Amino acid sequence: MNLLASESEVLAPLVSGWFLEHAWLIPVVPIIAFALIILVGKRLPMKGSELGVLSMFSSLVLAAGAGYQWIQRTNRATEEQFVEPVIKSWSWWRSGGFDFGIGHHIDGLSILVLIVVAFISTLVQIYSLEYLRGDRRYTHFFAALTLFSGGMLAMVLADNMILFLLGWEIMGLCSFILIGHWWEEDANSRAALKAFFTVRIGDVGLLVGISMLYFSANDWTQEHLGVSGFSIRGISAWALSGAPNSTVITIAAVALFIACIGKSGQFPLHTWLPDAMAGPTPVSSLLHSSTMVVAGVYLVARLYPVFFVGLDILGGGGNLIVVIGGITIVISAALAFVQNDIKRVLAYSTVSQLGYMMLGLGAGAWMPAVFHIFTHAFFKACLFLGAGSISHSASHHSFDMKRDMGGLRKVMPITFTTWIISTLALCGVFPFSGFFSKDEIIDNVGYSGYNLFMIIGLVGAFMTAAYMTRATYLTFFGEPRGASVGHADHGDTHDTHNAHDAHDVEQSHGPHESGLLITVPLMILSVLALSSGFLNATPFGESWERMKFWVEPRSVEVVEETHVGGPGESLIINLPSAEEVHSKSVCGSAQPETGICYAPQLNHAPFKWLKAMMSMAIVFLGIAISWILSTLLFTKRAPRLVGLTQRVKILGFGHKLLVNKYYLDVLYEKVIVRSIAYPVARAAYWFNQNILDGILHAIANSTRKISGWVYKNVDQLIVDGTVNNSATLTKSLGTAAQPTQSGKVSQYAALLFSAAAVAALVLVIINT
Amino acid sequence: MFVNQFLFLGAILFCIGVYGVVARKNAVLMLMSIEIILNSVNINLLTFALRNGSTDGHVFALYIIAVAAAEVGVGLGLVLLVYRNKKTISIDDLSEMRG
Amino acid sequence: MIAQNIGFWIIAIVMIGAALRVVTTNNVVHAALWLVVVLAGAAAQYILLAAEFVAVTQVLVYIGAVMVLFLFGTMLTRARIGAESDLNNSYKKLGIPVGLIMLVAMGLALTDSFGDEKLPESAKIVSTQEISDQIFGPYLLPFWALSFVLLAAVVGAIVLARKD
Repeated sequence: MNLLASESEVLAPLVSGWFLEHAWLIPVVPIIAFALIILVGKRLPMKGSELGVLSMFSSLVLAAGAGYQWIQRTNRATEEQFVEPVIKSWSWWRSGGFDFGIGHHIDGLSILVLIVVAFISTLVQIYSLEYLRGDRRYTHFFAALTLFSGGMLAMVLADNMILFLLGWEIMGLCSFILIGHWWEEDANSRAALKAFFTVRIGDVGLLVGISMLYFSANDWTQEHLGVSGFSIRGISAWALSGAPNSTVITIAAVALFIACIGKSGQFPLHTWLPDAMAGPTPVSSLLHSSTMVVAGVYLVARLYPVFFVGLDILGGGGNLIVVIGGITIVISAALAFVQNDIKRVLAYSTVSQLGYMMLGLGAGAWMPAVFHIFTHAFFKACLFLGAGSISHSASHHSFDMKRDMGGLRKVMPITFTTWIISTLALCGVFPFSGFFSKDEIIDNVGYSGYNLFMIIGLVGAFMTAAYMTRATYLTFFGEPRGASVGHADHGDTHDTHNAHDAHDVEQSHGPHESGLLITVPLMILSVLALSSGFLNATPFGESWERMKFWVEPRSVEVVEETHVGGPGESLIINLPSAEEVHSKSVCGSAQPETGICYAPQLNHAPFKWLKAMMSMAIVFLGIAISWILSTLLFTKRAPRLVGLTQRVKILGFGHKLLVNKYYLDVLYEKVIVRSIAYPVARAAYWFNQNILDGILHAIANSTRKISGWVYKNVDQLIVDGTVNNSATLTKSLGTAAQPTQSGKVSQYAALLFSAAAVAALVLVIINT
Repeated sequence: MFVNQFLFLGAILFCIGVYGVVARKNAVLMLMSIEIILNSVNINLLTFALRNGSTDGHVFALYIIAVAAAEVGVGLGLVLLVYRNKKTISIDDLSEMRG
Repeated sequence: MIAQNIGFWIIAIVMIGAALRVVTTNNVVHAALWLVVVLAGAAAQYILLAAEFVAVTQVLVYIGAVMVLFLFGTMLTRARIGAESDLNNSYKKLGIPVGLIMLVAMGLALTDSFGDEKLPESAKIVSTQEISDQIFGPYLLPFWALSFVLLAAVVGAIVLARKD
């Protein structure tokens, strides 16, 4: 680091290592593997899947190495020292005066997400070996999965926004390919298109945000840090420097957040995510629950200074992120109650949990939100893989809980146990991992003064517990129904995926536990769902908050001072001592007079057992109420409850609203799309029918009238001649009425050039 | 030498090329007219390169030559295809707008 | 200078005449040959403009390759080589005023902007090395994109022209 020798006794030099310096290898490995799978995959003994698994495993090893060395780096640093991220960048391409870099930016956040992505990708690929065995596009599936991981890892490691955008778009493309993996079915390809286009709407915001940040930050970053305005580090420092115009940075933050709304399935663009469950279950598990959809959250966390300043995060009141996050939590949790498809329940649950992350980020609870990315990835991936395991081995490829599941706890003990652990983690029960992240978010939201949103968070926790209990009850308890009964029914009615029934023959012996390739990933994930929370166990005091120590940037101001020495000595980066830090109002709440800081100072709510007890009580209340209702409704068929929605009007209305997903799809497809597309089509049609044909018809009609008149009056004298002549007249007039519809290229060229020539002449005359 | 004498040469060639694109019916002759237009642009680029003493114009002139070669290749491929299907390369006969 | 001026005017007049023949002749092969004159004239003008490398490339690519392509295209699409009556379409009459209006517009703009500004007298010939430094330095990305264009054109031409 750029420290002079005199400072070295105050500051321990930060250690680096081979893995940190070569972290760019992590995304490169899967991308090379992708190319190999596409080129030679089909000729390999395992159809290319071994390349995918191998590359993900080596990425995982590299990421773990980097993680280990990062921990070393933070541990060796002194308590309040700012731990510099490891940044390497090279010039990627140049055009004219522009220089676009490529490189990696490693700090705690990227390491955390890196390990999660590499780890879950590895497990999901192993799981897919069994789940997709015999699929007709087996090789392509692994190719797309590997490319996805490469794109996500590249995005996570990106040191500048261009590379970030590249990874972001690669993920979008892979998501499209993988949702539409079984595109023979119309619904699947429609879901793929819907996902692609909905996310695309948000991506416009990303482009706008990146360009705005570049053009407003470039001068400052070039002057102070010598990096371009695309650099993530440069943008962060610029945002906190007090230099940016507040309107510009607010618009940029809003634009970027629109991209996050699209990618992370936030209200009101969340509608694509549940439909995306049409893809194979490993895809849902990897892309649409644990990794790709947190990209939006990651973007907010990565460029946190921009959002912090742009949206005035600690300013109290409600900012955009908090409001969107809060709305998302509640509305998607409510939707999860009326779903019969187990994957859709999980999908809405994912949307709701992403809402928690956004809520946390919006309320200044950066660390709990990031930690929730970490824990959520494990238990949600585990839940999805569990759902896949059920459909694979027990319910004959059906995901319908009411029709084809029930009573599965006896036949699938491993799946059941892992499911229960993950469900408890999702509900946030102590000591499962969700407790340590979700409860922290809610707590910190309240601590930052967003009381209303803390209540929303608690309501969300209650609803989460309730709908997960309902899903668990329907799946594992009660009497077996439909396909899960066993031999009863093997008709094609339950085949949601006709394209993928190659191995149906071997499982025609009723529900059973899945094979090792499926259960081992489940077990690993559930162990992590149980234990990963202890990495940042706030209740047990400072020493347990390891994750915070490793990941959260210590928001120390890096003061620049010009040395009054000889000309050879340039800039010294000097770190203030601990006392200074505490006394100074560090970046964020007040702008620094001098110096550069990279992360805003955030508050942390002190942990209180009483509050935890309260939220725990709410969760257990949710579980209990839901359990009782489920028992009454689904097993005992209590007459007072069955058909309640038909009898009570308000409930019926609410139910209808939920079943129709708040009519958002209707709004998008029927109202918005039609209101744009229809008038255009209408107008064109009307023009055709009324104007063009009208002219023709009018001429023809008048001709007919005239000829009729002639026929009547002049009668037999020149009848034939007149009629024939007026027909010819009509035809020639009609031709004259549509001269611009000829389809002749030369005519178009003539019109184009004459218009251009006249326009040019007008311009020249005006300007001279 | 005046700057304008080269620029006027470019302008005249450009207009002749435009006339050719508009007036010609034969697809091959149309492509030739487009080549004339591209060359007039090159003359302009090189004139300005000389005037401003920079080499950027040369770079772009070379790029235009390369793009023109690609355009001729694809254009003639299209013409061949049209000829094979329609037995004519008169673009006035290709006025069908339905696919 | 005078020699260059004389050269310029001779070449320019020949080019304009040849270009007019390209767009008016009734024989496709003749049009192609007139086009050779235009392109060769352009190459000569490039040399006058101190752009030797571009001139050489012009000769190689245009006169060497593109012209051969044109003649092949003519041969493959036409049974008969010779004069033909209907090479022009009915928009010929529109083409003349369009061309003239453009010429007037550009002429006005040019006289207004450059008047009688002169080109530098002692023009240094731009070396190939300078051009390559530019191409493979700041303009590498367009070069890269261009190679993709060429690749796509090659593949596209093959796909279009082969017989299935």
